[in-house]
Amino acid sequence: MSSLEQSNASPLVEFRNVSYGVPEMSTLIVSGLNLSVQQGETLVLLGESGCGKTTTLRLVNRLLMPTAGDVLVEGKRTSEWDAISLRRRTGYVIQEAGLFPHFTVERNVALVPTLENWERERVRERVSELLQLVGLNPDVFAGRYPRELSGGQRQRVGVARALAAEPQLLLMDEPFGALDPLTRASLQKEFGELSKRLGKTVIFVTHDVREALMLGTRIALMDAGRLVLLKTPEEFLRANEEHARAYIETLRLDGIEKLTTKDTEDAEEIK
Amino acid sequence: MSTWGEFLKANWQDIVRLIGEHLVLVLISTSIAVAIGIPLGILLTRRPSLRAPVLGLANVMQTVPSLALFGFLIPLPFIGGIGARTAIVALVLYALLPVIRNTVTGILGVDHNVREAAVAMGMTDRQILFQVELPLAMSVILTGVRVAVVISVGVATIAAAVGAGGLGTYIFRGLRQYDNHLLLAGAVPAALMALAADFGLGLLEKHFDTSARRVEKKKGTFARALAWGLLALVLLGGGYAVWSGARSSSSNGTGSGGRVVVGSKDFTESVLLAEIYAQMLEARGVEVVRQFELAGNVPHEALTSGRIDCYPEYTGTSYMAILKHPLNTDARTVYETVRRDYAEKFNVEVSPSLGFENTFAILVRGGDARRFNLKTISDAVPFAKNWTAGFGQDFMSRADGYPGFARTYNLQFASAPREMDLSLTYRALADGQVDMIAGNSTDGLISALDLFQLADDRHYFPPYEAVILIRQDTLARVPVAREVLRLLDGKLSTEEMRRLNYEVDGKHRDKRDVAREWIAKTVTSDK
Repeated sequence: MSSLEQSNASPLVEFRNVSYGVPEMSTLIVSGLNLSVQQGETLVLLGESGCGKTTTLRLVNRLLMPTAGDVLVEGKRTSEWDAISLRRRTGYVIQEAGLFPHFTVERNVALVPTLENWERERVRERVSELLQLVGLNPDVFAGRYPRELSGGQRQRVGVARALAAEPQLLLMDEPFGALDPLTRASLQKEFGELSKRLGKTVIFVTHDVREALMLGTRIALMDAGRLVLLKTPEEFLRANEEHARAYIETLRLDGIEKLTTKDTEDAEEIK
Repeated sequence: MSTWGEFLKANWQDIVRLIGEHLVLVLISTSIAVAIGIPLGILLTRRPSLRAPVLGLANVMQTVPSLALFGFLIPLPFIGGIGARTAIVALVLYALLPVIRNTVTGILGVDHNVREAAVAMGMTDRQILFQVELPLAMSVILTGVRVAVVISVGVATIAAAVGAGGLGTYIFRGLRQYDNHLLLAGAVPAALMALAADFGLGLLEKHFDTSARRVEKKKGTFARALAWGLLALVLLGGGYAVWSGARSSSSNGTGSGGRVVVGSKDFTESVLLAEIYAQMLEARGVEVVRQFELAGNVPHEALTSGRIDCYPEYTGTSYMAILKHPLNTDARTVYETVRRDYAEKFNVEVSPSLGFENTFAILVRGGDARRFNLKTISDAVPFAKNWTAGFGQDFMSRADGYPGFARTYNLQFASAPREMDLSLTYRALADGQVDMIAGNSTDGLISALDLFQLADDRHYFPPYEAVILIRQDTLARVPVAREVLRLLDGKLSTEEMRRLNYEVDGKHRDKRDVAREWIAKTVTSDK
């Protein structure tokens, strides 16, 4: 398929002929999906709203169970995993962050380590380390409540919470979607560097092709529940397929002609 | 008339006791409602299919008028009867809806993203419930509890009608006796209690409101201290009331088989008759429990289900309202029929007539009677087309009440009669708000307010001879009870009864004293 496929390592997440549907709907939300996510890569699920990308993501940590086929994590079917332990070893970040409003920043970030009964001192150290990692001063922010933070700061806390128990796998559902363009751009940039540095495997859902090009090692384009294209960002920009051309057109309409992954940040700044 | 100061000085212990009883009713019932309602609400968030039927049922419960609900509960075993237990059951039923509904609303109202994050972080159902859903729903749930408490404070005043005590005792008594001191001494503490509960729980609620949570620690601790202080005060009051209640009930003891529970209806005359009978039994060494001031149909239900042993009744009421016989104006037939039917149907014996009749008295202002020279009801018919009438709920609905009355005399009023509480009609008549009422012929207020009773010249109203109804098994168990009934046979004339009623209603004297004096004067063997 693509040049980036690492054939020697076993995939961290694998979709085998996966379908998902609900009785209320005649068409499948996800249909016959085959996809492997390799260790250390950032796979972006790109598509319009309703294309099944979020559903695909939710199948990984068993928020949903496939109606046909298998989703494998670390080579084991999700149905064989204990849902709780699967979720605790999988980071999850969503659009509005979903922070607990009655918990301080510190308790929010400490959530999974606390559930896992880490020692108090170790939790405290970890929280402080994570807050620094996502660019928040622990002395200032640890004691605050989510409503006292800006949208960008909340999302940083969301990322810190997802990383807390050192998961190998991070699932991110349009984490920067609700932020203003400037904040979004700087968070995208920082997160790109961070995930590379930490070597995490990331499955990232977005409808924003610029974000996909900037963060993804591979882009999986979905349409009406099906995987229609799977390419590296470079290949994606040169692709001739109809679906990909439509996305690239949107970039041209914005007046940004020569786009490479490196330039995207600057383009964001200009805008 | 005594002043407020004198009234409070004479009755403050009584008022404190009633406040205590009221608090206990409210505290116990809302505690039970919370203990049932919150888990039930949580269950409903887990089983959506149960939501509509359970909430619907709770909703229906709340629309049932409180007095009617008390009425339904009286004949039921275990949860029914008269006294605090029935009242608590009814109060719980009322308090459930706001607690359940707010628990459901609160939990379902937790931000979807927060819930999803909690699941995705690997929290178990139990952890999500206790660490996320309940804390976030707490302020909404507390609003429900607050509403439940305020409702309970209000409904508990009606509990006095089934002998559960509380501030309603004063309110009912005040209405009947047209005594503003009693009315206010019952209503003001109840209102203050509702306001205090509303305020105190409101503070507690704010404390749990996450959207309002700030770094202003100082204000938070103050509010918390205030809320806890109020809670402590309420618990203290409740504890005192339970303690004093336990003390008084233990002093009652259980005694021998000679215990008799004497009931009464909820008006002065009935209480006086019951008190007279009770004192005469006590004078003969019988242990008496007083269950006075029972409303509406309650005394009959309580008698037949054995919750009370006896109560004063009127033959006409038994004949028509209870036995459902058609109108009959012959006193002999009515008495004999009631005697026979009660023995057969209820195993209840009817005493000989106490000597007076308490029939409906069609009353007009004394001034009107003199000006228009009114003596009989027929005399008043031509004037009635310019008049407004005010009748009690009872009179409007009974077989021997308004419809037949209007037909018999061909009466037509300027507008449909105003239906109001019987005790309020006397004052409404005296104040000129209505021009004709149907009172009780023995009511002390008739002479006190210068009202005039028109003669029933067409003999519409059936006989209402005062008697005492008593269970046969009680008579077998306490033979002296029959002896006392014989002593009372024909001893009370209508004039005498009107005077006794006036001693209480007009002069605000204690019923026990009035009863004691009458016994000493009249019943030779008790001198």
